[in-house]
Amino acid sequence: MAKEIEITMENIKSTKIDSPEIVDESTQQNASRIETKGVKVWYDDFMAIKGIDMVIKPNTITAFIGPSGCGKSTFLRLFNRMNDYVEGFKMEGKIKIDGDNIYKKKVNVEQLRKEIGMVFQKPNPFPKSIFDNVAYGLQIQGIKDKKLINERVEKALKQADLWEEVKDNLKKSALALSGGQQQRLCIARTLAVQPSILLMDEPTSALDPISTAKIEELIHHLKEEYTIIIVTHNMQQASRISDYTAFFYLGELIEYDKTRKIFTNPEKKQTENYITGRFG
Amino acid sequence: MNNLQKNRFIDQVFKILGILFTMLGIFILGVLIYNILKVGVTRINWDFLTSLPSRRPEKAGIYTAIIGTLDLMLLTIIFAIPVGVGAGIYLEEYAKKSKFSSLLEINISNLAGVPSIIYGLLGLGIFVRFFGLGGSILSGSLTLSLLILPIIIVATREAIKAVPHSLKEASYGLGASKWQTIKNVVLPSSFGGILTGIILSLSRAIGETAPLIVVGAMAYVPFVPHSVFDTFSVLPMQIFSWTTRPQQGFAIAASAAIIILLIITFVMNGIAVYFRNKWQKKLK
Repeated sequence: MAKEIEITMENIKSTKIDSPEIVDESTQQNASRIETKGVKVWYDDFMAIKGIDMVIKPNTITAFIGPSGCGKSTFLRLFNRMNDYVEGFKMEGKIKIDGDNIYKKKVNVEQLRKEIGMVFQKPNPFPKSIFDNVAYGLQIQGIKDKKLINERVEKALKQADLWEEVKDNLKKSALALSGGQQQRLCIARTLAVQPSILLMDEPTSALDPISTAKIEELIHHLKEEYTIIIVTHNMQQASRISDYTAFFYLGELIEYDKTRKIFTNPEKKQTENYITGRFG
Repeated sequence: MNNLQKNRFIDQVFKILGILFTMLGIFILGVLIYNILKVGVTRINWDFLTSLPSRRPEKAGIYTAIIGTLDLMLLTIIFAIPVGVGAGIYLEEYAKKSKFSSLLEINISNLAGVPSIIYGLLGLGIFVRFFGLGGSILSGSLTLSLLILPIIIVATREAIKAVPHSLKEASYGLGASKWQTIKNVVLPSSFGGILTGIILSLSRAIGETAPLIVVGAMAYVPFVPHSVFDTFSVLPMQIFSWTTRPQQGFAIAASAAIIILLIITFVMNGIAVYFRNKWQKKLK
């Protein structure tokens, strides 16, 4: 199962990189990285997600918006099975990533999470050095080759646009970095494992505007290689960086369309009310 | 007096009360230590440390009691720490929330408050009689291990609970398994708290007398134990037995032994605090 995922992802990556022109426009349109069918989630008796069908396309940025408690974070955390540890969590329905149901019994959850990286709301670096933070994901895979680890750490820090700021202090504690730097370190830490899907749960909500701008720019660059889903409370952010936007309300997916459409001409009244700030 | 002034006044009163109570506690401890030092400190010399117990107070020493205490503590550490920390990790990280696990939880907390003599009786029943270990160091250390297990378990759980959930999620999110997360994130972050719990529990164990009397520790052991199956004495037992003697010389010897017991306790705690601080510095 785990191997299958790897292979399919390799295929997608290589077709993208080698010959983007050859890829048929229509298959590109129909291709889906993530597909959910009838997904329902309960926490004990509380129904947090009330049946959601959704298709997320490769190499796009999809924004999840909606008022607090609408289920968008819960939904996001289904994709790397992060809710598994939540007390009282129950789920129904299917979530397919590259065609494979990730909630099947035999799925290797650790392998899945290497393919699907996650960045959290608050920067959460480990109380270790900058280097050890980025190398963590590699070390737990049992990679011992120091040269390879050094290379990957450097590459990940460069991708996260943090290398220039920390290259002389890699042994320094990650906790000594500023909030914005810490969040970019967390992004680097995730990228070092070389996932192909990035889940971001309000990654800039704890940061100042300059750090936020940096991270948004970063997300924009990452789109080339990754499929990104970002939960955000910031409308401008959603409209600035995303290709698609999904509006959630009370555990339901109210509207899901191209970002331009959602923000200029939404189909549903509820969506319009929310994005214009009339409620939420 | 308006409200603001009143609040300030109350603030001051509580501050002064707090200082007084703190001073009171330290003062009483100071008087105790001063008294013991005054009586016993001149009695401490190399002979006192290396002599066997004796009927004559001026010749009596604490050699067997010191060795007994050190042996007993070493074995208790070996038995209690892996089991206690392991149980704490299991209960906090692996055990599913259920009626059974909450029952377990309540009982472990209660066990921490059970009088030590009860543990002595338990030890007598199980280790001394049932397993036929007799009044040996092994019986004593197993009994003390039972006594301090709940404290270590509770402390381990509290320390693990204090590890930010976000750190664990970060680790899982990178593809770490449960054990990898515990080993690389949870234990390093909670090490200080766990060590504090271990220090507290060992400090309690080293001063215990009652359960050891029940298990069969001797006040008079004229030889050093050669194996874990030998009978033994410990410092608190020696002190207890000396204070019940009428001769003034034994009172002095008891004070001297108390000083030695305090020194051993402080050194043990000091070592643990040193490791904890060093560890925390490394984390930052």
